[in-house]
Amino acid sequence: MQEPLEISNLTTWLDTTLRGIMPSMWVILIECVLVGVALLAAYAVIALILIYAERKITAFFQARYGPNRVGKYGILQSVADMIKILLKEIVKINRVDRFLFFAAPFFMIVASMLTFGAIPFGKGLHAVDFNIGVLYVTAVSSLGIIGVLLAGWSSNNKYSMIGAMRSGAQFVSYELSAGFALMTIVVLAGTMQFSTMIEGQRYCWNLFNGHISSMIAFVLYLISGHAETNRGPFDIPEAESELTAGYHTEYSGLQFGFYYLAEYLNMFIIASIATTVFLGGYMPIQVHGWEGFNQVMTFIPTYVWFFGKTAVLIFLSLWVRWSFPRLRIDQLLNLEWKYLLPINLVNIVVMVIIVLSGLTLTDLFPSLF
Amino acid sequence: MSSISKYFSGLFTGIKSLLVGMSVTWKELWTKKVTQQYPENRDTLVISDRFRAELTMPHDENNEHACTACGICEMNCPNGTITVNFKMVETEDGKKKKVLDTYKWDLGMCTFCNLCVLTCPSDAIKFENTFENAVFTRDKLKQQLNHEGSKMREKKKVERPAAPVAKAPVVSEVKVETPAAEVKPAVVDTEVKAVVPEVEVKPTVVDAEVKVELPIEEAVKADKEIEAESKDETTEK
Repeated sequence: MQEPLEISNLTTWLDTTLRGIMPSMWVILIECVLVGVALLAAYAVIALILIYAERKITAFFQARYGPNRVGKYGILQSVADMIKILLKEIVKINRVDRFLFFAAPFFMIVASMLTFGAIPFGKGLHAVDFNIGVLYVTAVSSLGIIGVLLAGWSSNNKYSMIGAMRSGAQFVSYELSAGFALMTIVVLAGTMQFSTMIEGQRYCWNLFNGHISSMIAFVLYLISGHAETNRGPFDIPEAESELTAGYHTEYSGLQFGFYYLAEYLNMFIIASIATTVFLGGYMPIQVHGWEGFNQVMTFIPTYVWFFGKTAVLIFLSLWVRWSFPRLRIDQLLNLEWKYLLPINLVNIVVMVIIVLSGLTLTDLFPSLF
Repeated sequence: MSSISKYFSGLFTGIKSLLVGMSVTWKELWTKKVTQQYPENRDTLVISDRFRAELTMPHDENNEHACTACGICEMNCPNGTITVNFKMVETEDGKKKKVLDTYKWDLGMCTFCNLCVLTCPSDAIKFENTFENAVFTRDKLKQQLNHEGSKMREKKKVERPAAPVAKAPVVSEVKVETPAAEVKPAVVDTEVKAVVPEVEVKPTVVDAEVKVELPIEEAVKADKEIEAESKDETTEK
């Protein structure tokens, strides 16, 4: 590891020092705690940054300035909001199913936290590198819907109930498309492990490697991932003009904060999985034979590459959100079952043909990519 | 059109319209921000002239206003925001006259309906667009609009060459109260002669400023003034 700015230098140093002074079982225990704390902190900080960025970009799309009073350019606005939400009272609602009502936000936040832990943030900044990483991420991210359904059911409120049911229909539908789009790339990459997948994209991103099929899969993944986050034109579960706030109508204080956090983090998770799978993850841009260029690119730390690519995708998601009007429930399900899913199924077959007949860019131009 | 081609044309027109929509918002992203940053932009702030923020009584350079203390604004105010305090003074020629003492306006009660300005017969008050009216105590919202030591602007005498005949019956209809004793038909010219004797005499009101030994123009002018003032009084009733 020659790169001086990588955080993995720090973690390697920490590991060797700890191993020098105590038995390896204790080292693993301490490191597990440290990783957990770091992930939780990153979770909160990223959520704060995302909330600020979202409010600013939203404002720019509407020809406003957005928050600009708390701190320079309003950068402390989301910190102030966080303090406020932590101090707010958790209102006790009469005649709710108390146990499920309190459990629901935890399902939501745990699901998004589990997914968050499996994301490769940079070289050596990868908490768990499963050999079935893609499958794992798809599986645990869909746990969040239990939180939504439980919240709607236990709130004993018709708006929450309708919101949760809509969310359920939407989530189940679009999870299918998102999974198929990821599977298309698994076919191309030949692996489900994130680290191998990223390494395989050193000279050619999966987005370009599978050309037509990859591009389609990328767009399909972005659309269905966007729909899974209950945002933008797909926000019927919390359509405030019809359902007050949808499934989290009855929640207040920190419990509401959990839903709020999870919503923003899901946006980040979708973008970061798309980055990892399609855009080469934390891998810097490398070109065959341009050694000087490659050297300069590697000097930029990998986590900067990762967050940069993710930020572009998040911006894209916000752009979509503020461009299109909300879909009706039948339009929403039409889009999934009549358009995205058939296209996806055909696309995965096309991808198999491309891979088997050696039509990927790496097969066609081995000297370039 | 077969259903299959309909499906695909629908798909592609859908994608195209989505892209058009995104290009529109992309352009919107770079447009100039419309937000007015208020305390910072006070120097360049433009507030419409017609914005009604504060009732004022314009005074000229001689510290004179146009208010006759008639009280019409006070009567028309739906909220009782305006209080016109007047005093009766006696002019040199022994006539009593209403003079404005204090003109009170309570900003806190005002709904800025503009009825006072619309009904003012002398255009003595108007709404200004100075909108920064926030104060710390409610008492500060109660304002006195006439300046210290100000007085009413005397009306300019309107020049009119001769009294038209058609005008004459109108004067009598209004029942202008002029002291009968002072009116001497012999002095007044023939054209007015028909009018003045018919005037109903009410000795109680002595506001009229008719000077009997006047040439014709002066007399007609006097009539006109009587007419104007009596109009004020009738509205008051």
